[in-house]
Amino acid sequence: MGYVAVTGGQRAIEKANQLVDQYRLQDAEKALETNEIQSQLRLLIDRVMGEGGLYAPEYAAIALKQAEGDPAEAAFLLRAYRSTLPRNYYSRLIEPGDMRVIRRISSSFKDIPGGQMLGPTYDYTHRLLNFDMRNEKGAVKEFLERLGLGEKEIENASSSGKFQKVIDLLREQGLMAERTSDDQIPFDITRDKLNFPTTRSARLQLLSRGETGAMTALAYSSMRGYGAVHPTIGELRVGYLEVHIPYPLDDDDSIYIGEILTTEVETINSFTQNDQDDVEFMLGYGMTFGQNEVKAIAMAILERSLETSGSSPTQDEEFVLLHIDSVEANGFVSHLKLPHYTTFQSMLDRIRTAQKEQEKIEVKS
Amino acid sequence: MEWGSVKDMEENPILSVRHLNKRYGKGCKHCESFDMLDKETNQCPHCGSVWACKKVSFDLYEGEIIGIVGESGSGKSSLVKSLYFDDDVLSGSATISKYKHGQRNIFQVSSQQKRYIRNHLMGMVYQNPWLGLKMSFSSGGNIAEKLISAGTYHVGNIRDRASQLLEHVEIPLSRMDELPKNFSGGMQQRVQISKALANNPPILLLDEVTTGLDLSVQARVLDLIRNIQREFGVGMIVVSHDLGVIRMLADRTMVMRYGSVVEEGLTDQILEDPHHAYTQQLVHSLL
Amino acid sequence: MSFQVVREYNYAFLDEGSKKEIRRTTLKAIAIPGCQVPFASREMPIGRGWGTGGLQLTLSLIGDNDRLKVIDQGNDDSVNAVSIKRLVENCTNVATTNQSEQATLIQTRHRIPEIPLRKDQILVFQVPLPEPLRRTEPKEEITRRLHAEMEYSSIWLRLYEDIIKWGDITIGADYPCMVHQRYVFNPSPIPRYDLPKLHQANGLYLFGAGREKKIYAVPPYTDVVPLQFEDYPFQVESFEGLMCHLCGSDSSFLDEVYDADSGEKKYQCSDTGYCEARQQERGKVEWNGDL
Repeated sequence: MGYVAVTGGQRAIEKANQLVDQYRLQDAEKALETNEIQSQLRLLIDRVMGEGGLYAPEYAAIALKQAEGDPAEAAFLLRAYRSTLPRNYYSRLIEPGDMRVIRRISSSFKDIPGGQMLGPTYDYTHRLLNFDMRNEKGAVKEFLERLGLGEKEIENASSSGKFQKVIDLLREQGLMAERTSDDQIPFDITRDKLNFPTTRSARLQLLSRGETGAMTALAYSSMRGYGAVHPTIGELRVGYLEVHIPYPLDDDDSIYIGEILTTEVETINSFTQNDQDDVEFMLGYGMTFGQNEVKAIAMAILERSLETSGSSPTQDEEFVLLHIDSVEANGFVSHLKLPHYTTFQSMLDRIRTAQKEQEKIEVKS
Repeated sequence: MEWGSVKDMEENPILSVRHLNKRYGKGCKHCESFDMLDKETNQCPHCGSVWACKKVSFDLYEGEIIGIVGESGSGKSSLVKSLYFDDDVLSGSATISKYKHGQRNIFQVSSQQKRYIRNHLMGMVYQNPWLGLKMSFSSGGNIAEKLISAGTYHVGNIRDRASQLLEHVEIPLSRMDELPKNFSGGMQQRVQISKALANNPPILLLDEVTTGLDLSVQARVLDLIRNIQREFGVGMIVVSHDLGVIRMLADRTMVMRYGSVVEEGLTDQILEDPHHAYTQQLVHSLL
Repeated sequence: MSFQVVREYNYAFLDEGSKKEIRRTTLKAIAIPGCQVPFASREMPIGRGWGTGGLQLTLSLIGDNDRLKVIDQGNDDSVNAVSIKRLVENCTNVATTNQSEQATLIQTRHRIPEIPLRKDQILVFQVPLPEPLRRTEPKEEITRRLHAEMEYSSIWLRLYEDIIKWGDITIGADYPCMVHQRYVFNPSPIPRYDLPKLHQANGLYLFGAGREKKIYAVPPYTDVVPLQFEDYPFQVESFEGLMCHLCGSDSSFLDEVYDADSGEKKYQCSDTGYCEARQQERGKVEWNGDL
């Protein structure tokens, strides 16, 4: 029996599900524990949380285990789960200037107030396959002790407090447009229906949960010539932000509910990309859950690009926003695996008619 | 002198434009009263807004050709694009005698109504044929689109009418089902003209239609426009920077500069005896 | 898995607020036949493009007294139909059926059942591409405007060019139709054979596009007319001289199948529920779900 006309579909599905578990575990000595995924596949967790639109490291680890490491599938699992959750609170405004920074760089200035701070980054490690990884098992504590970075030192490195934003330096000098406070309630892409042209808040949300690879590719195209945006990074910071919600009984009071790791990028763009004709640098803004620097930079590029008008792909709001969503792109491309035999029957009917018409014309001539 | 002043008194205009203003930019309190002609600019020195058209008024009569001449940036193209609803106007009115008996300002009707006006009462021929034609559809298809939007849903009838129109503009029928993007510039303009005429509109707008064509091709297109005006009795607004084109086609002429009309009158009169200094300059450069 | 769905999720999966919002959108869609009404489509536990729009409609409407039928290509036992049925069964107390007459709610992909809908039945379509104008215009901002202005000449032009180039209209499934003299719509990729069933029908047809976030409807007794030229009338798929090799029907939509062993071409009903009932009536085969 061909798969499309699978009869006894119920049995077939059950078998397929069993086979997934079979293949997932058949070559394993022991099952991977989700806390190992959570603690050691940090960047993958961050990426999945960002694309899934749910800050939940533990659930991201479960999703990754269940999806056998496929980030698209894992992000999808998180997204489908979060869509069933009631929306209880909107957090208080989070000010990224208050970030407890673990990494912070600016490529616009050699030195910045508070100093550049490399933090955890691969940027300056040589990409040599480290075969020692094979032997790295067992006690982590001893390994860390050998590194010599005591808990104190890590603590010190990350809690040196708040830093002034580089962008604010430029604002003070009148080189970057002042922020106007906007008290409009932001659009909520998970609750409101999206129409085009959309608002900036909706745009930022869609970008923030966009797929890393797709966004990087589009941002790259903008820098390479299919677009106008080629920014300088004013500041890239990675760190923890406190989240507060309004106290239910007293609107002026807040409750601290935890902190989230985020990456924030502010880019500086040429003043020629300014519709108001003011001679000021233009800001590009990117923010993601976790540490996902390339996505945050790509977001800042795309966000700025969408503020400019022109005919390149990255200046087309619908083109960018509707095609960077991991769940939707993956879903629609993979739906081609579903049976299409009745529509194909219609196509057969049409091609046979067209062939007959063509024969008629050939006979005539 | 059979066109123009005699007609004026006997008939009602088919198109009346009053105080049409078209501005790019926010505008300010100085803008409105600023004398652009006097200061030789159409940009407001206070707010930087550009006035593409300022207080433009004129009437078009049945079967008449009005020429609009001026250098680039004078506002002549903005004027016809505004009339065809390609650009929004700031203020002013335009009425068409065949639309609600000339009682409605067409700039203030719904977008559905504007589409009706574009499909039934006006035709537009752009300098750039890519704006007027759908290049990935056949020439016949381009005409079909107009006919369909006016309610013809019969392929046979569509093709009869399309062949008729293409014949008029001297496109061989054998090329009716070809894509216009493979045509020469002159042919593309002729297909555009036939598309614009598809539903027998009383008004035809032509924006620099011969610019960029070879001289011999230009002459053929100009002849064609003349013939069409005679046969279809359609009123035309012909925009051109080229006084030669205006002289050949237009019964009456408006000279535009910095968004304003500096002089208007019968074409012969303007060419023989230009009053405004700018018109004199233009006419002399032609001679 | 089923245990988890019961334990972790609300009745019919979606939270009540979401269900209510989807129903409100549905009411609006019914009030404006053929008009695509945007909604805040939720992520579902099945893939985007795999019926999330239809599923959200089904889940927002379903209650304990319903009986659900799910088909894909007309087939009750197709893997995707089974998968959707299982999800609904796991998060509600609703029983499912293969018989259209017994169902109150039918979710379908690419077919309308052969037996006409009654006025107490709802048919929910899964829609991949709701926008008929997308064939000629990629931008939503523009297509919305074209709908508002009832400007459909670009679709007609596409049909005209088909006739000029190929001698006939080449659109197979998902054939654009005019709904009650106002909106042109995509009926989802059902064969042209099924289109007449939409016109002046007794039952309610709902269309859900999850990925594209649109809901639209054809309420009972609404005109649905395929776009056609006066001299090139709309044609349905022809099965002249053919009949189902299982039930003998010569008046149903047939699938062309090739025998796995002999390679011989055969025809059989695409509506398996209909075919099964006919076979039982004829007492020819005792059908047990296997072919």
